[in-house]
Amino acid sequence: MGKKEQDARGKGQGLENKKLRRWEDEKLSTSQPLNISSSQIQDSSLVTRHSSLEKATRDAYGETLLELGKERSDIVVLDADLSGSTKTNKFAKAFPERFFNIGVSEQDMIGTAAGLSLTGKVPFASTFAVFETGRAWDQIRLAVCYSNTNVKLVASHGGITVGEDGASHQALEDIALMRALPNMTVIVPADAAETSLVIKAIADYKGPVYVRLGRAAVPYVMPDDYKFKIGKAHIFRTGKDANIIAAGIMVDTAITAAGILTEQGIDTGVINMSTIKPLDEKSLLSVAKNSKIIVTAEEHSVIGGLGSAVCEFLAENHPIPVKRIGVNDLFGCSGNPKELLKLYGLTAENIIETIKKALKK
Amino acid sequence: MNPVQNNKIRDIRTLENIARDVRINILKMLTASGSGHTGGSLSAADIAAAIYFSKMNFNPANPSWKERDRFILSKGHAAPLLYAILAQAGYFSHDMLNTLRKINSPLQGHPCNESLPGVEISTGSLGQGLSIANGIALGLKLDKNPARVYCILGDGETQEGQVWEAAMTAAHYNLDNVCAFIDNNGLQIDGPVEEVMRIAPIHDKWAAFGWHVLEVNGHKMEEILNALDKAESIKNKPTMIIAHTVKGKGVSFFEGRVEYHGIAPTQEELDKALKELANG
Repeated sequence: MGKKEQDARGKGQGLENKKLRRWEDEKLSTSQPLNISSSQIQDSSLVTRHSSLEKATRDAYGETLLELGKERSDIVVLDADLSGSTKTNKFAKAFPERFFNIGVSEQDMIGTAAGLSLTGKVPFASTFAVFETGRAWDQIRLAVCYSNTNVKLVASHGGITVGEDGASHQALEDIALMRALPNMTVIVPADAAETSLVIKAIADYKGPVYVRLGRAAVPYVMPDDYKFKIGKAHIFRTGKDANIIAAGIMVDTAITAAGILTEQGIDTGVINMSTIKPLDEKSLLSVAKNSKIIVTAEEHSVIGGLGSAVCEFLAENHPIPVKRIGVNDLFGCSGNPKELLKLYGLTAENIIETIKKALKK
Repeated sequence: MNPVQNNKIRDIRTLENIARDVRINILKMLTASGSGHTGGSLSAADIAAAIYFSKMNFNPANPSWKERDRFILSKGHAAPLLYAILAQAGYFSHDMLNTLRKINSPLQGHPCNESLPGVEISTGSLGQGLSIANGIALGLKLDKNPARVYCILGDGETQEGQVWEAAMTAAHYNLDNVCAFIDNNGLQIDGPVEEVMRIAPIHDKWAAFGWHVLEVNGHKMEEILNALDKAESIKNKPTMIIAHTVKGKGVSFFEGRVEYHGIAPTQEELDKALKELANG
């Protein structure tokens, strides 16, 4: 018995016979802490963050939905008793006749949304990402994707930055679940501004879409003049040595890592692959062709998400070394978001370490 | 072709003949296919014929006509019934029925809206149709569209939890434009519903969920028509019509036989069955 295990067992009588979860599992990040100060990280950014303000993507969703509701009478919204958290409550308050709270019943919510779409409405159905994609997967498969109905699934609370609620509420498999479905488009915006553009774009797009949003406030990273297009990646810069393909909150982290690496002489690029399906293969190929390695970074399991999508494409079209940064086939746990990101290795330090190691080989 | 709304049939005899033709076509297409769901297609034939030809407004020349009434086959495995009805209604030629379940056929093993006009949504995974019906009903109400939504569920199907989620939603939103049927034939794949997983008391359950509940003999055209009329007059509540039916109805050697849930008639059985239906 190792020392850690002994310590854990000593903590309580009732826990004695149970196999305890050890969060310091070897599958978690093995990254060594670097001697980088937080101000150094802030200063080394390759892009000028146009505001020091932070905003949660779910807040941007709530506001944009309200805006769309004013412009278009065909927009309807459904929620499963989480409208205060998903921020659909703003729309609900302004347009109560076009808002349908279905209660704690995600499967019925998806079916009802599909039905509404058959009368020409554009339904946005929202709940937490875990419940939206997991609880109602078969309904999404049959009534949305196979039936090719015009339903927009916009889920909040993706990833481990859900924080204190713990593993039951942290979606780390949602992108894998949605990406496997034919007809589905999968989008993970990087910040509040991109979220707003994404929501407007999918309202005009005909067909099933899954958008994954977060709970926590995140910095603005996209340029002021950024224009979102479904299936089009945004290339911040390309690096001759390494390129980081990131999505969601990891775009900001990737920018920080690339800044430090480039200063240290490892030319590193950053690409925001906000549309994970359909993957922007053209941009990916052009970046990969001029790079020694590719690193993916996502707040999701390394199985089935952005990392998998990039590997699948590159393995068949331009096989170069790829390292995936994400959650290593584990469930999340309780903690504050920043601590969790560190615990699971979703940090600039881990990206830097990973790239340095990969380039040494 | 003109919308069929002015062509509704109220004559019992005529509707019974249509239901018989529908049964004949179900059996023929199943035999041609060599597989498919016989029992549950036959048990719901009278209900479906009554809904489509005595009540529904639709236009085969314009399947997406906005004013149409909608039909959702929640028990998607009764696809042969839906196809026979749609052919009868003029959505496509009867010849196409022989392509059932064959490669490249629009007549998929379970209904697919993307391949066949007249099918509102794909079904086949049980328990989903009523939610769809509710969503359509909500959309119609938003548009002040007087069209109605019909939905047929299997009795075994109501073991799915989603059915009861949808039951709550329809009642909560006062969806009086929803009229659902349970094809209560008492049998599911593994045996009698009562033995596999009891759903009784059906009437009380739906009433407790806030529905107006009616019960009919699902093979007596007059009772079905009366219930459909009654459902239309109920305000602020959805209506559930529990149709007591016989699995395999119309063919003596299929009736009440659980093994014919998912088996197609052989050529010999078809010949015998057609004789029975011709004499019946």
